[in-house]
Amino acid sequence: MSKILIASPLRSYTGADEVEALGENLGALLHDLDRRYPGIRFRMIDEQDRVRRHMRIFINGEPVKDLGHRLHESDEICIVQALSGG
Amino acid sequence: MAKAKARTKPKASSKKKPRPGGSNGNLLLVATRKGAWLFRGDAARKQWRADGPHFLGHIVNHLVLDPRDGKTLLAAASTGHLGPTVFRSTNLGKSWQESPRPPAFKKQEGGRSVKHTFWLTPAHANEPNVWYAGTSPQGLFRSEDGGITWNEFSGLNDDPQYRSWMGTEQDGTPDGPKLHSIIIDPRDPKHLYFAMSGGGVHETLDGGRKWKPLIEGMEVVAGFDPKTVTFHDPHCVRLCPSNPDRLYQQNHCGIYRLDRPAKVWKRIGKAMPSKIGDVGFPMVVHPHDDETAWVLPMDGQTVWPRTSINGEPAVYGTTNGGKSWTRLDAGLPKSQAWWTVKRQAFAADRGKPVGLYFGTTSGDLWASHSEGTSWNCIARHLPEIYAVETAEL
Repeated sequence: MSKILIASPLRSYTGADEVEALGENLGALLHDLDRRYPGIRFRMIDEQDRVRRHMRIFINGEPVKDLGHRLHESDEICIVQALSGG
Repeated sequence: MAKAKARTKPKASSKKKPRPGGSNGNLLLVATRKGAWLFRGDAARKQWRADGPHFLGHIVNHLVLDPRDGKTLLAAASTGHLGPTVFRSTNLGKSWQESPRPPAFKKQEGGRSVKHTFWLTPAHANEPNVWYAGTSPQGLFRSEDGGITWNEFSGLNDDPQYRSWMGTEQDGTPDGPKLHSIIIDPRDPKHLYFAMSGGGVHETLDGGRKWKPLIEGMEVVAGFDPKTVTFHDPHCVRLCPSNPDRLYQQNHCGIYRLDRPAKVWKRIGKAMPSKIGDVGFPMVVHPHDDETAWVLPMDGQTVWPRTSINGEPAVYGTTNGGKSWTRLDAGLPKSQAWWTVKRQAFAADRGKPVGLYFGTTSGDLWASHSEGTSWNCIARHLPEIYAVETAEL
């Protein structure tokens, strides 16, 4: 089970700024997150499995776009929005 | 062409008589760059009460009430960061649920992704719970469960010819190319039109199996070939409820009318005053009189500021099918009002006389209860207004 920090625009789905989900890689983790909080994945990941333009996912402080990125239980995952413009 | 063989008589809409002098409950549905508002009007349409914001901070491109049940609202929403979605309410906005499957293209090599849903249209009166959606980049989607789940419609989104006409995402408007003006013939649920910016106007007579461009007579920017579908940029197409064989269109290159079964658009904007021209975004048609329509001209000179001309905003109306146009600016600012009014931000109600409503990119909401002969501002300081729709309760 990995802990995930959730950006404020997505907290309407989770109701919390930190949640947990399961997955051996980032893609599986986001699918599990969507199972727990329906609709959240499509707001972050488009239908071609690309991280949306202004969303960023950090794993242990490093930006990751590859949904196949393997995860370890101790990984710190943070989903943030790249604030830009008005 | 447009007179399809099988006409289906609508169950409800054709029986609905226009209410004299305004109905008992009027609703304005205002979609903005930072959320949505419902304005509830009294019977005289004089007092309006703001209900909102809904989805504060969300970019709401369209907010539409289902006229078939009078209670289902759909909102096409996204944010600057989060992907697109559709919110649904069945209690006039008291509570909202998110679509578990909003419009999205199929996953495939080189596949596209929906940036936002731009346009929502309830389907035919005899098809309850069916809706159509147009997206940016251009895509056509259909829901058969009242907007809860959406699927690609008709194969159009992957049709090689249509993909070529849609162009790339850089070929469209600054906010992305759009599929809009989805129109259902009230006599036949299989007879549909839609338009694309860019990519022309299109029609099907068989429920989307085959589509054909309907661009003859439409002009394009000088130097380009009008036979090339992708060069056509219809901004807004409307069908006259009182005569479904008549369409009006505001285009990047003029104002047009088409009387089916003819296939050639007539540029009626040539009758506009030459100092005003016939560039603009919205097109509004009279609900009971197919000779009457309104436009809101924008400045299309040099770098296309697309503001009110000379900073002096005015609606122009025709009561003879576009043979002549009358300036309708009583009550509007006389100078230094550099408005832009977007294609979905001008609408008519079904009252007698007809009420007209438009929203500006500077967040003002204007109304006329006299078919445009005088105007008053009913709300100020909203976010940039993207769409205005009317509904009767």
